[in-house]
Amino acid sequence: MSDPMRIRLQSQGELTTVKILMSHEMESGQRKDDSGKIVPIWNIQDVIATLNGKVVMTAEWGGGVSKNPFFQFVLKGTKAGDKLSVTWRDNRGDSRTDEAVIS
Amino acid sequence: MINTRREVLKKSALIAGLLMQSLGYMRSASGYQQNAFDAKTVLELYKSLGLAMPVESKQIVLTTPEIAENGAVVQVAANTSLPNIQRWIFLVEKNPVPLIAIFNMTEQVAPAVTLRCKFAQTSDFIAVAQLSDGKVYFSKKEVKVTLGGCGG
Repeated sequence: MSDPMRIRLQSQGELTTVKILMSHEMESGQRKDDSGKIVPIWNIQDVIATLNGKVVMTAEWGGGVSKNPFFQFVLKGTKAGDKLSVTWRDNRGDSRTDEAVIS
Repeated sequence: MINTRREVLKKSALIAGLLMQSLGYMRSASGYQQNAFDAKTVLELYKSLGLAMPVESKQIVLTTPEIAENGAVVQVAANTSLPNIQRWIFLVEKNPVPLIAIFNMTEQVAPAVTLRCKFAQTSDFIAVAQLSDGKVYFSKKEVKVTLGGCGG
């Protein structure tokens, strides 16, 4: 099981800025190890964000996203008590879901 | 004899065609567009995503560092006043794999997106915006990298 994401929410009126820090190696598939062999790609491929159970954004990522990815976006029409859920899935089939509530 | 051989060839071509179609369907159903992440150039990438050639737009605003000391972590952001954006596509032109990320937007999110990505070398960062009417726009900005992000 991977480490939890850190999700920070900042609301201003009906807009909520979402800052997410994920914990993942994000191996690009381009790097070579000491013996000169290419280290196989290991990356988060899919990200899904839902607000109160409804999908608000999805993303597809390649190996070009930085290690321990930082990702920020802005939700519209939010109110206190809305529940944001973020899920990622990597190319090894691992996944992780974390939630945060808008205050 | 020739006839039947012809028939067999015809049929096998048909079956192969059907197989290819269903494979394509399976790929799109699973969501992850591996072929786009296999593209080695920006042009190849536009083709694999089925995009029209993007037109440069001043309505797309990019926030990138001018110089990045460490290409492994470069924070880039895109925002736009263009209406009804459906998809953001983030590219680093000179990376071995130019496609960094695709964001599928909805009406519940504002068009501003920020991400940290890797730069193998000094390169243009390109953000492509696809609108719901199918029009495609882009903006680009160079980031100078003093230390590459892909190792080697």
